Amino acid sequence: MSIFITVTLSLLEGLLTTFKIFALTLLMALPLGLIISFGSMSKIKVIKWPIKTLIWVIRGTPLMLQLIVFGFGPGLLGIDGMDTFVAVMIAFVLNYACYFSEIFRGGIEGIPKGQYEAGAVLGLKKSQIFFKIILMQVVKRIIPPMSNEFLTLVKDTSLANTIMIYEITWNAKRFMNSEHILWPLFYSGVFYLAFCGILTLIFGYIEKKLDYYKG
Amino acid sequence: MKILEIKDLRKSFGKTEVLKGVSFSMEEGEVLSIIGSSGSGKTTLLRSINFLEEADCGKIYVEGNCIYDGSSAKKLTAAQVRENQLNFGLVFQSFNLFPQYTALENVTLAPLLLAKERSDYKANKKAIIEEIENNAKALLERVGLADRMDNYPCQLSGGQQQRVSIARALALNPKVLFFDEPTSALDPELTGEILRVIRDLAQKKVTMVIVTHEIDFARNVSDRIIFMADGVVLEDGTPADVLDNPKHEKTKAFLRKLNDK
Repeated sequence: MSIFITVTLSLLEGLLTTFKIFALTLLMALPLGLIISFGSMSKIKVIKWPIKTLIWVIRGTPLMLQLIVFGFGPGLLGIDGMDTFVAVMIAFVLNYACYFSEIFRGGIEGIPKGQYEAGAVLGLKKSQIFFKIILMQVVKRIIPPMSNEFLTLVKDTSLANTIMIYEITWNAKRFMNSEHILWPLFYSGVFYLAFCGILTLIFGYIEKKLDYYKG
Repeated sequence: MKILEIKDLRKSFGKTEVLKGVSFSMEEGEVLSIIGSSGSGKTTLLRSINFLEEADCGKIYVEGNCIYDGSSAKKLTAAQVRENQLNFGLVFQSFNLFPQYTALENVTLAPLLLAKERSDYKANKKAIIEEIENNAKALLERVGLADRMDNYPCQLSGGQQQRVSIARALALNPKVLFFDEPTSALDPELTGEILRVIRDLAQKKVTMVIVTHEIDFARNVSDRIIFMADGVVLEDGTPADVLDNPKHEKTKAFLRKLNDK
């Protein structure tokens, strides 16, 4: 088997892990981000300030450091047997939820007060106002910043290899040691590029879909 | 019985007292216009009656029932506020249509959601939804938008948007329909279509409170006019009383300024 096919298969295997981290992070960080954004907008101080502090810490330290903390921290504290992949997911979900929460907050606070008031005078409940009137408008507004975050996430997954998760970059680097070749690393860029290309197309499609109204 | 009675309503924002004890009442089918210069408290009055602001004290009665009592220590629950709000409809100066819904969907949204709370909703779901949609279509026809039902707000002119918002407010059969300067955000050539709709509603005996700067229109359409200044009602009477024989100096000055324009 030629080395090219070996490398390709290995990178594809890594891509699977990359995709798993990507998809699971979105699945959990999007709803968590929405909850955190509500917390950061809360009028209750004991909710608002701890949440604000959390956002500050998470956004103020490198994701790589957070991976190390969740990856090796439990072991240092004498807690054994925590799966490394679980640690990776905790770090990614928490990190991305905090970034998402700020995007949600910006989107929610950007909706004119009149939309809430129009819903209120029509006798709608707060939850109905949010889910039936506000949320769709927020989604439309946050598509551009969200597409940025999604693309960044694709590439941030490569940080998982700092705590021994065999994603695509790890698999590419492996050939550097075993075969003394560098090109698999450059080649891995093609996979990221293709992944991001597909995402960009999807976001373009959604944006077009939501183009039927303004505001 | 009075359909709406406001007693000594007061509201401050910080140290600024905007409503300094406003009282008025109205009969069913009556059309009442509120005039006065900006900052006189007209909009705050409307917003307080519609529970978009919480008044500091005073009382609000609907058909003789007290729905708000500022002297009570108990705060209204969210459910009570909702129930109170359903007595009234409010048409905003800036329309506030929901941009992601068509004209028809804007009108049916609230009735459909409210219908889900009905005990017979599951049994008669189809009939209820059909009735709501037919009613909404009839309302949109009534405001002259039969051919615009499937348009989104961004595809409608300001006047058309405001007419949709009137239909939206009417869809819940409010006991009193409030208008907060309904033509102020419109180009002058578009105000006529709104005023026509309001006049048509007045003929059909819809009880309305209209905050407006269109004095000629107020004279034409209203049974009564209230003049407000600095958070109090200075005049309350027939259009002829208030506009032609004002008692207060401030009213005279206000009307003089309008005539100078």
